[in-house]
Amino acid sequence: MDFNWLSTILFLPAAGAIVIALYKGANEKLIKWLATIFTAIPFILAVVLFIAFNRTTGGVQFEEKYLWIAPLNAYYHLGVDGLSMPLLLLTTFLGFLAVLISWKVHERPREFFAWLLLLETSIIGVFVSLDLLLFFIMWEIEVIPMYFLISIWGSGRKGYSATKYVIYTLFGSALMLAGILSIYFTTHSLNMLDIANQGLGMAQSVMPAAAIFWLLFIGFAVKLPMFPFHTWLPDAHTDAPTAVSVMLAGVLIKMGGYGMIRLCVSMFPVQAQQYAQILIILALIGIVYGAAVTLMQTDIKRLIAYSSISHMGYVLLGIFALGQVSMTGATLQMFSHGVVTGLLFAMAGLVIHNVEVRDLRKLGGLAKQAPIITAVFVIAGLASLGLPLTSGFAAEFIIFLGSYTSTAVAHLNVYTIIAIIGVVLTAGYILWMLQQAFYGPVKAEYNNVKDADNLEKVYMFVLVAVIMLVGIYPAILTDVFKLGITPIVNLIH
Amino acid sequence: MNLSLFIPEIALAITAVLVIMLDLFVRQSVRKYVLPGVSLAGLIVACVFAVIMWGDNNPALFNNMLAADNFAMFFKLLFAGTAFLVILASADYASKFERFQGEYYALILLSTLGMTLMAAATDLISLYVSLELTSISLYVLVGFLKDRKSTESALKYLLLGAIASAVLLYGMTLIFGTTGQTQLIYIVQSITSMGNNTPAANPAVFMGIVLLIAGFGFKIAAVPFQMWVPDVYEGAPTTITAFLSVGSKAAGFAIIMRVFLTSFSAYPSMSHDWGIIFAALAVVSMIVGNIAAIPQTNIKRMLGYSSIAQAGYLMVGLAAAGVFTGLESSMPSGEIMAQKGVLFFLVSYALTNLGAFIAIIAISNKTNSDNIADFAGMGRRAPVLALALTLCLISLIGMPPAAGFMAKFYIFSLAVKNGLLWLVIIAAINSVISAYYYLRVVKVMWFSEAASPEKVPSSIAPKVALALCCLGVLLLGIIPGLVMKLAELASNMFSF
Repeated sequence: MDFNWLSTILFLPAAGAIVIALYKGANEKLIKWLATIFTAIPFILAVVLFIAFNRTTGGVQFEEKYLWIAPLNAYYHLGVDGLSMPLLLLTTFLGFLAVLISWKVHERPREFFAWLLLLETSIIGVFVSLDLLLFFIMWEIEVIPMYFLISIWGSGRKGYSATKYVIYTLFGSALMLAGILSIYFTTHSLNMLDIANQGLGMAQSVMPAAAIFWLLFIGFAVKLPMFPFHTWLPDAHTDAPTAVSVMLAGVLIKMGGYGMIRLCVSMFPVQAQQYAQILIILALIGIVYGAAVTLMQTDIKRLIAYSSISHMGYVLLGIFALGQVSMTGATLQMFSHGVVTGLLFAMAGLVIHNVEVRDLRKLGGLAKQAPIITAVFVIAGLASLGLPLTSGFAAEFIIFLGSYTSTAVAHLNVYTIIAIIGVVLTAGYILWMLQQAFYGPVKAEYNNVKDADNLEKVYMFVLVAVIMLVGIYPAILTDVFKLGITPIVNLIH
Repeated sequence: MNLSLFIPEIALAITAVLVIMLDLFVRQSVRKYVLPGVSLAGLIVACVFAVIMWGDNNPALFNNMLAADNFAMFFKLLFAGTAFLVILASADYASKFERFQGEYYALILLSTLGMTLMAAATDLISLYVSLELTSISLYVLVGFLKDRKSTESALKYLLLGAIASAVLLYGMTLIFGTTGQTQLIYIVQSITSMGNNTPAANPAVFMGIVLLIAGFGFKIAAVPFQMWVPDVYEGAPTTITAFLSVGSKAAGFAIIMRVFLTSFSAYPSMSHDWGIIFAALAVVSMIVGNIAAIPQTNIKRMLGYSSIAQAGYLMVGLAAAGVFTGLESSMPSGEIMAQKGVLFFLVSYALTNLGAFIAIIAISNKTNSDNIADFAGMGRRAPVLALALTLCLISLIGMPPAAGFMAKFYIFSLAVKNGLLWLVIIAAINSVISAYYYLRVVKVMWFSEAASPEKVPSSIAPKVALALCCLGVLLLGIIPGLVMKLAELASNMFSF
């Protein structure tokens, strides 16, 4: 295929951002429609690519490669494989929904949508880049829109949260840059595929491969976020505007998991195996500690934010169990968490917008006044705790199955059982949240609360449909993920 | 003697004299168009000839006093470009010293001339003379506002500059005393013939090297020779601060590379020694510059400290260059020579810092204040200026897609290749610290409420200069290949 599909998907949102930024008028509707169009087309194209993706051959497809900076031997190199294809789909999907979710943003809409679209471009860029320099640039660019989005349109201590987010991310990426430079020097290449396939060939290494592994890993661990680098996440999530929370929870933190698989595991299979034990223990701490802290939350958005830490612990567990099944589960969990938590944040944003209360202790009895919001919130909550027939169940089940049976690391069955404790805690906080917010005695002061309007119903039902679809027929995604995971797992064994 | 190789310098000198003359004869009303116009024309002529002479690579002219090689041409273009942008940016600002227009432009041209000569000097004597030409012009320019702060900073700059010159001269005499030579290429021969190259066996040469580093360290504002920076940056006219922060620093780096890579790379262990000194200076400069910039409330002072930190990043490249010549490796030398990274970084830094200062000049002209707090709400009052300043600050942090990222990536990758990963990690972490204070300005501009809703106007010339800078910053950030190639060609002459 000669047409540059991936470049089109990658740069359409950015083009949209420029068009919106240059638009001089004050017509808010037009801006929102422009944003819708510039995110809808990439989404449609991503669906087309997902269908056209050749599932028999696997490998990297829709590749584009042009010489970019000759003195650095850097290429403009894009491509998707089984690992990145579903994540590309997820990003464009949530990017599109984020625009719909933001329909009620009336403060400085021009800048808001410009930044939101730029954010989408940079996240897509991370998933489709196959050149380390390009990957890193996309990884870094994402910080700028996030900073503006949180600090202008956020709530609460938004300035503090935004700065904290930026500093954490930059610290991670500073170490990552050192790691990338070491790889670059060792291999004289920035091509992610070549490096993974040929190994580092430590002929002239500047430092032990283990050190490079950790430099990269910490960069991704901050983003995932892994305990103990997670403290930026509750603040950023809580204070971000709804659509940004959706993007943040939905796809941004997936960049961490993606990076771990793509760089840490596939380029350093030996080191990954060597340190898997420690990382799995950190994952378990994240799962249990994250869930325990979540139980203590009373702010509806903060609660969902903390639950992400616990859920990302499963991803980490799945990745470093280093088995084919467990890693497929981890990637499915990334997708599922993206959709489920995206929906949860959208719903929480809706509750906060319509009720103007975010403290769970003050909420209550909304099931009567806002039945649709309640129903969807309950579905999202149940998906988050892993009820069968939802994507959450499929993902967690595959992770546990995979990690229990994986032999790459010792004592994995014990670890898996500990991890399952997390599920129990999850059930605890999700049910408590639902009960606090929606059930119990009806409160008279919420009698005028509006239920979801038509636009909101649309994106709610779309998200619910995706959750159910993946829950009932996970193979639609796992078949593709497997194509990306298998070659990486083969490198380990 | 072939004077034609000297045309860019002659053009600059003639223009400077011409500007002073015209100042006497041109009517007051048209003066503010004629003088900068003539200056710009002179700079363009110098640039054009520098481009024409690119590739000739004449290593020695005028009894080996000067070189007209690619390295010198590269810096000629850089300095002339810097002066060009500074003069454009002075269009509004120069009204603050109505009476001395001619002197102002002439002095800028003269100090540019000094800088181009510094980059071309291949003899300790010509080097010192050109350095003084640059410095003395700048001393006057710093005091140009004639208010208390400006005068104080000029005096401070003069006194400390004089001490630095003395230290430098002392270092030169030690080198001359031991080697009996003032020409850089003969110095290296003499050192080679001495045989024993340990510091203990040859203390005078090594003492001389240390003193030279101290003297040049003043020019590039490296810690611990940075004391003058915050006060001078704050007190000087902002246009001159911009010129100082870019031109003077770049000239310092040019001269360091020329001297150290020619004369003091006689032995691998020797260049390794000074490489390590620069590595240590880089570490303290980055840390001191970045930490001290955090509490600043005046934007010029903040950028002063930031320029110290930037000098630290640049010295990472110098350290790598020194350590490289110290490596006895079989690696292709062209690929890992770190000086090309320094050259690229200087171009990127010049565009970025000039852009930042031009935006600040335009904003402060209206608000009459350099306090960061008074930049509040500029996102509303002057969206274009604020956006440009944001881009430049992002570039200073070293974030893509701005030039600063590519420059850091390039220089750091060369340092890693030369085995200085530890230094790169320190530098990368310092970049993160710097994000804090650069972003504070961004925050104030975009998120704070404006003191008044009034728009901030500016005339066409600074706008053009700002547009050029921003365009350059973006281009270097996205397609840096061409400039990297030029930097490589310019630094090839130092391959051994």
